[in-house]
Amino acid sequence: MASNEEILAGLAEIVNEETGLAAEAVEMDKSFTEDLDIDSISMMTIVVNAEEKFGVRIPDEEVKNLKTVGDAVSFIANAQA
Amino acid sequence: MARKVVITGLGATTPIGGDVPTMWKNALKGVSGAHTLEDDWVAKYELPVHFAARASTPALDVLTRVEAKRMDPSTQFAVVASREAWADSGITEIDHDRLAVAFATGIGGVWTLLDAWDTLREKGPRRVLPMTVPMLMPNGPAAAVSLDLGARAGAHTPVSACASGTEAVHVGLDLIRAGKADVVVCGGAEAAIHPMPIAAFASMQALSRRNDDPEHASRPYDRDRDGFVMGEGAGALVLEAEEHALARGARIYAELAGTSVTADAYHITAPDPQGLGATRALKAAMFDGRIQPEDIVHVNAHATSTPVGDKPEYAALKAALGKHVDSVAVSATKSQMGHLLGASGAVEAVLTVMAIYDRKAPVTINLENQDPEIPLDVVTTARDLPAGSIAALSNSFGFGGHNAVIAVRSV
Repeated sequence: MASNEEILAGLAEIVNEETGLAAEAVEMDKSFTEDLDIDSISMMTIVVNAEEKFGVRIPDEEVKNLKTVGDAVSFIANAQA
Repeated sequence: MARKVVITGLGATTPIGGDVPTMWKNALKGVSGAHTLEDDWVAKYELPVHFAARASTPALDVLTRVEAKRMDPSTQFAVVASREAWADSGITEIDHDRLAVAFATGIGGVWTLLDAWDTLREKGPRRVLPMTVPMLMPNGPAAAVSLDLGARAGAHTPVSACASGTEAVHVGLDLIRAGKADVVVCGGAEAAIHPMPIAAFASMQALSRRNDDPEHASRPYDRDRDGFVMGEGAGALVLEAEEHALARGARIYAELAGTSVTADAYHITAPDPQGLGATRALKAAMFDGRIQPEDIVHVNAHATSTPVGDKPEYAALKAALGKHVDSVAVSATKSQMGHLLGASGAVEAVLTVMAIYDRKAPVTINLENQDPEIPLDVVTTARDLPAGSIAALSNSFGFGGHNAVIAVRSV
């Protein structure tokens, strides 16, 4: 079971790997599309990598609800619980 | 009167140089880009061929990691070469609606395709990357170059196996002559040094098996040639309507005088032994460029180093050039860099343009005992080409019976 801080750090690493964005830029209140300029294809890659990293399943229909980094962190934390 | 088309930019990433100046210096010196492959898959799959000619500068040394991530290795090479060609052209302002791309590949995104297949089998469909299709599609290189340069007059992908790169130059010329574009970035890219294509080419007995001596394996026209050597990389040329180039005071390397494409309709892989399709292509390119055989001083031959392939090309050159064939300096540059498949015609077009511009014919290495049935004047040490108006040809032939020829003239 990872803490929210650990999930955020892991997610930031995945985002950095996919987009080159600095990990520090990946903050809880940031929107994936508006703030981080992540397109739908990168988002799917991030989702699949997050599934593997955190051992969770993020259904495709759920991805559109993950607007901010915080949304993703909460979803992963709940899925792990 | 057709629009005159000139060449104003060159780019390349090859086994003998990661850019045009390095490649050209080595091409005149005569070096080999073939080396033993250190990859664990060579032993794992017990491949019968243990060597190839890898690009001397990995694409990841030039592109950022994130840029490269969305590109198959073939597309990475295409972007590297086309950026060099574009910068070399010195074009700073352009009507992007009049800029087109014609970028070829022979095999396409084979690494992406087979990696995705492995992922599907080992990890299931969820792990297959969402970028897989745009990465594996054969138009990936053309699309990436179009996106990179903002080319909106169309992005074309001629696919004709090992004639693809030359056919891309042919398409580029046609686009400008037809008034559909003023500038075309054309070229070819290939990245197929992967165990499956190596196994497949080896299975058809097309590859040299000189495993103990890779540097001497590619030996076009030599009596002891035993197949080609796989290479990888890309070549790119900026073609420009002459009036467009003159208006901006561009440095002009040469005129792309004429091009042609023919098909053998003889056999799916074997060349017509009399080289009839190649002869028609040579004659058509010279006719298209208003060039007489006597104008030709240099030929960059297709010459892959296979026992069956090199001879019909000689027959075709003899038929097309007549007795003048004896006075032509012939270079077989695959001796140095191996066979870049769909990129080979583009890289050889760059070399042919440099030969005309620099007035020097590049070197054919590994010619120790010339096949007596191919009595061409083969350039084995860099040779000066004459002053005055000169022209050169570059040939490419591909599985499927594709023949493509370009004719380049000095300006």
